Amino acid sequence: MSIDWNAYPSEGFYDELVAGNGHRAIAGLLADLEALGPEELVARQEAADVSIKEMGITFTVYSEEGGAIDRTWPFDIIPRIIAQSEWERVEAGLRQRVQALNLFIDDLYHDQKVIKDGVFPAEVLAKSVNFRPQCIGVDPPLGIWAHICGSDLVRDADGTLYVLEDNLRVPSGVSYMLENRLVTKRVLPELFEHYAPLPVDDYPSELFDTLAALSPRPADYPAVVVLTPGIYNSAYFEHSYLAQQMGCELVEGRDLFVDKDDCVYMRTVDGLARVDVVYRRIDDLFLDPEAFLPDSALGVPGLMRAWKAGNVALANAPGAGVADDKVVYAFVPELIRYYLDADPIIPNVPTYRCMEADALAYTLENMERMVVKPANESGGYGMLVGPASTKAEREHFAELIKKDPRNYIAQPALKLSTVPTIIGKKLEPRHVDLRPFILSADRQQVTMGGLTRVAMRKGSLVVNSSQGGGSKDTWIVPEPPQAEE
Amino acid sequence: MLSRVAENIYWMARYVERAENTARIVTVNANLLLDLPKGIAPGWRPLVDITGANPLFEEHYKDYSERNVVRFLLADERNSGSILAALMAARENCRTIRDFVPREVWELLNEIYLFAREDLPKGMTKGGRHAYLKRVIQGAQNINGLLSGTMLHDQGYDFLHLGRFLERADMTTRIIDVRSANLLPEEATELRPFETIQWVSVLKSMTAYQAYRRSEQIRVLRGPVLRFLFQNETFPRSVVHCIDALRTSLSKLPRNESALRVAGRLKRNLEGTEPRRLNQQQLHAFIDDLQVGIGDLHEELARTWFPPPPESQSQSQTQD
Repeated sequence: MSIDWNAYPSEGFYDELVAGNGHRAIAGLLADLEALGPEELVARQEAADVSIKEMGITFTVYSEEGGAIDRTWPFDIIPRIIAQSEWERVEAGLRQRVQALNLFIDDLYHDQKVIKDGVFPAEVLAKSVNFRPQCIGVDPPLGIWAHICGSDLVRDADGTLYVLEDNLRVPSGVSYMLENRLVTKRVLPELFEHYAPLPVDDYPSELFDTLAALSPRPADYPAVVVLTPGIYNSAYFEHSYLAQQMGCELVEGRDLFVDKDDCVYMRTVDGLARVDVVYRRIDDLFLDPEAFLPDSALGVPGLMRAWKAGNVALANAPGAGVADDKVVYAFVPELIRYYLDADPIIPNVPTYRCMEADALAYTLENMERMVVKPANESGGYGMLVGPASTKAEREHFAELIKKDPRNYIAQPALKLSTVPTIIGKKLEPRHVDLRPFILSADRQQVTMGGLTRVAMRKGSLVVNSSQGGGSKDTWIVPEPPQAEE
Repeated sequence: MLSRVAENIYWMARYVERAENTARIVTVNANLLLDLPKGIAPGWRPLVDITGANPLFEEHYKDYSERNVVRFLLADERNSGSILAALMAARENCRTIRDFVPREVWELLNEIYLFAREDLPKGMTKGGRHAYLKRVIQGAQNINGLLSGTMLHDQGYDFLHLGRFLERADMTTRIIDVRSANLLPEEATELRPFETIQWVSVLKSMTAYQAYRRSEQIRVLRGPVLRFLFQNETFPRSVVHCIDALRTSLSKLPRNESALRVAGRLKRNLEGTEPRRLNQQQLHAFIDDLQVGIGDLHEELARTWFPPPPESQSQSQTQD
């Protein structure tokens, strides 16, 4: 019995592994999967599930009634493959993009030339919920604000890769990228030997170097810590994983303390110890009760004081989230031209800014074919997916948009590409996106591939793990893919 | 090392040790009951007495039947000394310090916890109980071995030791207290043969039987057994061994003066007493003293090295 690829429904989408729509696929992999046979594939998937459970790879879903529930990380063993030649172009595009975004953030907290030059509208800034007046005039080390960025890429039916959004606050998922690789090596070793995907494991050391480069005391071995909200956070697994891999302390707010000298210390069994760099995985508003939400017990009183005094580096810098706004997103191509005098290498998804009258009118008329997103939500919350919506939902959204057009953008509903995924005992196409991570300090680094997220429900486009998404290992393969006839 | 991490490691070690000890006393009690005549068999209540959780037990159970006691000690999550609750607590403590302990330790602890939960129905049957408890004991031993073989022997390891040996010293004194007291009526000479069995079972609760025979070279009697369990420096579950191990770990830590003083008092109390000369009542008072000392030591550790108790932890965030 072999896998019947003719039965594999393609439905006019671009599939990352299966040829169709005039694109070439990676022939060898299909043959290799076929050689394993469906029973063996299912057995390997089960082996992967067991590994993940025993390795304790989890993410946490928090509910008021049930407390914290640890869910086993959902993972599909069939990898998503991208040719290295294509990836090199993507990598260049991501570097360019993050470079422009960092210049933009720095500009917003200083001279705001981009506004004075008429490239970026002042009213967008005025309404931004992630602009932090507390950060005006601050010069973070190296002039960089977003040290760790996770940008989401999607591929449309014609094969074009687009940037869907940039996450500049506390992007998560990189630990799953690393763990997925580990599990795939355990369960599909023979495919590994054959394809030799480029390694991803250097991320923790790259991350450490990025953070260490920000230290206010460059002469000493820098004390870097990872600041977590604690075990109830959905990304806690990742916080502890990264701290472990970097050999850093994983601290909670109550472990840190800002003294009268405006330096940050952690409470250790030896007494207080100075901290140089904080990789904070807490949102701005919870970071420092003195500067932001006064009743936040997660943060550290005085942290902003220490940061402004240059005695500690915070990554990402507070206020970096101003560029993590879906309306700002719509301006990124202009920002790249403005700051770098270059054309964007990776395009944006065509985006209608509802604040503009034409765009608003178009959006309202075409809602069935659009995806409407509020400016500052993440996790797939608060958005309307036109093709899957009811008339009532569309009417409700039309009201919301008209009430606050600045807060909404609309994009044509893309036909996200698919990858074969084990569903029951069969392979079915499921939609995917890709989140690479870009590190910026004295130099830039892009992960080799990234985290491929999968919408496990048939036809669904929602890949977020908090909403039932799964994941796959992502292989960047050095050989140009073979043509399949 | 972070104070909070030190505390988590300490509690992780205590809970792993607690799960193991609970598994041991249940195993041995089951064996003991098979060896004693029905009329005088003390049943299962002593096990709850050992853990000191009688009020909690009586709140939720009608009687001290085998079924109830075993459920309470293996499965009842309300009882922090039950195997399941202890493993769960060990795992929660380990979870928050996953960056600190070798990942294999987390994987192993996770595996044992999942086993303890999933195989519980088997563990609750008379036929499956032995294998279940054996696996829990071995699991705890594996964790200890893995930690000693792979974890940095730094301050964290010292806190691990503190947790393990404090818990063990506490448990050893409890086992002696309960087991020496109520097994047999004092004057019943016709029951002499069974007295040996009683003390053999005390030794076996701590896997001490073989060690006792090798080290003492005399038959199993109350006096020598008490001396062995309190004062043999080479047996790793004796009270004095635990106290010595605590003192060694303490001596490596900074700011250790008052903790060392408390441990020193414990040691002097132990050295200055001959337990075999104590009658049952005096023995009980002596053990009470030791337990107060153990409690004091815990308080001192917390005061010196652990963080102030956390405030409300109700806030949460979602990251995406």
